[in-house]
Amino acid sequence: MLVEVGHFALALALALSLVQAVMPIWAARTGDPALRQVATPAALGAFACVLFAFAALTYAHATSDFSVQNVVENSHTTKPFLYKLSGVWGNHEGSMLLWILILTLFGALVAVAHDSVPPVLRAHTLSVQGLITFVFVLFIITTSNPFTRATPAPLEGNDLNPLLQDVGLAVHPPLLYVGYVGFSITFAFAAAALIEGRIDAVWARAVRPWTLVAWSFLTLGIAMGSYWAYYELGWGGWWFWDPVENASLMPWIAGTALLHSTVVMEKRDALKVWTVLLSILTFSLSLLGTFIVRSGLLTSVHTFATDPTRGVFILGILVLFIGGSLTLFAWRAPLLRQGGLFAPISREGALVMNNLFLVAACATVLVGTLYPLLLEMATGEKISVGPPFFNMTFVPLAVPLLLIVPFGQTLAWKRGDALAAAQRLFAALALALAVGLATLALTWGGPVLAPVGIGLGAYLVVGSALEIITRARGYGSNRTSAPGLVWRRAIGLPRSAWGTALAHGGVGIVVLGIAAQGWATEGLATLKPGETLATGPYVATLERVSPRSGPNYEETAAILTVRDRNGNAVGAVDTGKRFYPSRRMTVTESGLLTVGASQVYASLGEVHPDGTIGLRLYYKPLVLLIWLGAVVMALGGAVSLTDRRMRVGAPTRARTKSLPPNAVPAE
Amino acid sequence: MTRKSRRLVLIAACGAVLALAVGLILSAMSGSIVFFRSPTEVANQGVAPGTRFRLGGLVKEGSLQRGADQTVDFAVTDTNATVQVTYRGLLPDLFREGQGVVTEGMLEPGGIFRADTVLAKHDESYMPREVADALKAQGRWQEGAGKDSGKAATANDKALGPRSER
Repeated sequence: MLVEVGHFALALALALSLVQAVMPIWAARTGDPALRQVATPAALGAFACVLFAFAALTYAHATSDFSVQNVVENSHTTKPFLYKLSGVWGNHEGSMLLWILILTLFGALVAVAHDSVPPVLRAHTLSVQGLITFVFVLFIITTSNPFTRATPAPLEGNDLNPLLQDVGLAVHPPLLYVGYVGFSITFAFAAAALIEGRIDAVWARAVRPWTLVAWSFLTLGIAMGSYWAYYELGWGGWWFWDPVENASLMPWIAGTALLHSTVVMEKRDALKVWTVLLSILTFSLSLLGTFIVRSGLLTSVHTFATDPTRGVFILGILVLFIGGSLTLFAWRAPLLRQGGLFAPISREGALVMNNLFLVAACATVLVGTLYPLLLEMATGEKISVGPPFFNMTFVPLAVPLLLIVPFGQTLAWKRGDALAAAQRLFAALALALAVGLATLALTWGGPVLAPVGIGLGAYLVVGSALEIITRARGYGSNRTSAPGLVWRRAIGLPRSAWGTALAHGGVGIVVLGIAAQGWATEGLATLKPGETLATGPYVATLERVSPRSGPNYEETAAILTVRDRNGNAVGAVDTGKRFYPSRRMTVTESGLLTVGASQVYASLGEVHPDGTIGLRLYYKPLVLLIWLGAVVMALGGAVSLTDRRMRVGAPTRARTKSLPPNAVPAE
Repeated sequence: MTRKSRRLVLIAACGAVLALAVGLILSAMSGSIVFFRSPTEVANQGVAPGTRFRLGGLVKEGSLQRGADQTVDFAVTDTNATVQVTYRGLLPDLFREGQGVVTEGMLEPGGIFRADTVLAKHDESYMPREVADALKAQGRWQEGAGKDSGKAATANDKALGPRSER
């Protein structure tokens, strides 16, 4: 019964989102403000309906209601409860419902947000958001209904793919979707600005918090996905340049560019048309990602069970939104008043360079991801574009970008002084060089590029710290070096300055982690109990191989003791093969031993009846920095979000005319 | 700086970065693209030893042999032609005789394919698309036929899974 009500709520959400999409546009044509205000309750109603539908599906999964096809295909009575909950979005239909839930949540947040968004802009934004919701709800109801009943209901379900039975599934998709879908708001704002034919600093200020939220969550989502793939797939890699990973990386890069261009727009009233275009591109890349993951066009570890009708429908959505928004852009963008040009050596000049490099890097990822597809369509030739391609294209574009990060931060707005900036950065440059050279000397004979990466990472981290210190010490006659005063001033700096420093420092930490992988080692051997395998500074001894049983699997575990080269015990690690009878599937569980930020990674191969095992052992120095850095970056986004100017509206000369009588000015 | 020269600087910067990106893509395209070949294509067209490519097909029944020091030998077939493959490393969990596989590496002068990467599917009912297409081209594969392989998988689990200890 609850399932039918959930299904009905979803249909109701379809109707409400249509109301939300149509009314504001109609209101603009008839000039009736009452019609326009319908968008707010419609957005809230749509969210409530989808939330109910989601809760109904969750209930069906939690209670193992095998009369629902979706539960039959993805659940099992013996599956642990946490995975029963996360299994709701561990499949195509359920994850689409989560996608729509987040979409409507953002719509509802825009509807109720007490900020300085002018009512007309808000209504148009809600209208565009409503249209997106409508199309996606239509998609799920017609091609991927999670509420389809199974008749007759089986006694037992097929269970969830064991690879997905992991805490990673509970965390990674929701974070990623908040990121992906969050960019729908900036897209809606951009489309609304184009519909109105007007854009200004108020728009930039209204868009910025949403961009920050989406970007921070996408950062966390990608990092979480990377860590999950690292420990679950058992290959020891943290990034595979897999099409689906690229699909999430592209909106992230475009979103990063957007984050920086809105700053220029807000401060300098420039780059307006570009920012609108970036907003459109970012969400378009999110949609493209959705298409790539769900159409089955590309071979990937993420591939959902595919169905051609879904692919065609999503392709239609893609064409509608990307084509529609770009047409709208081509038609209306000339109406937007262009901002001025500016000096190349200035903060905004550096931010333009940031955008240039990011967009170029994004384009190389796009080409590498889609080229195999296009080539196959054109010639029938099948190719794979792997890590070598991306290392040769993406990395050379990322390095100059990272070099200008601390430099751009130090430059003043309008007219910067490159020499003065270089002087201020001298400490960071010198320290980075020293760190790089010292690393090279200590690891002489090892990889050459890794110390360069360490130097680059150190430069970014020190540069970010230096920016805060320089600003806290003050300039000219205000300059001080009294520690107490510097500390108080540092605390008093705008949160956005801290956010920037944290995010840029986080990038540096990621670079340090990536560079350190140059010293990663691996060993492979066939072991009997008592035998050892050495890699890097550690030696692992196979203690025993023993069976274990879990709630819905049987495991053969290899228990290892890890010692350093002097024979001192560091810790124990175990890796196993889990056999899930419900799916007749075997999954390797890798074992991790964390020492500081480094890890020893063990992965079990074949287990022979005589007790010998195949074992792969990796030493991953400072590998945790890769994900910790991403967390620091997201933290930077969050700190920036608490900045005062996010809560206080921009000076709003332009909007006094459009204030409805009952509106309360934000200031 | 005049307005005109500022615009010039901006356009020059855009052009330079764009040219850099295009240059990088083109040079990477010529050097790091890996082609997919089926055993029939390898047999008919021949691939020069030392050229990296992806070989995909079914793991031939009864061909899997485990050697010393984690070396495995198996044959990849599209039922029309067969290529012998040697690999050192851990095989993916879903690697089975009679099931689809994609391997990456290069041919040795003797005609043996030395793989450094072995990819198997991540799901019981999922067949690597390249393999499915190659088999379809040979007329040996129909959509949905993958589900029938369940029995073979159970038989093989005995050799791999924890049941072997009983």
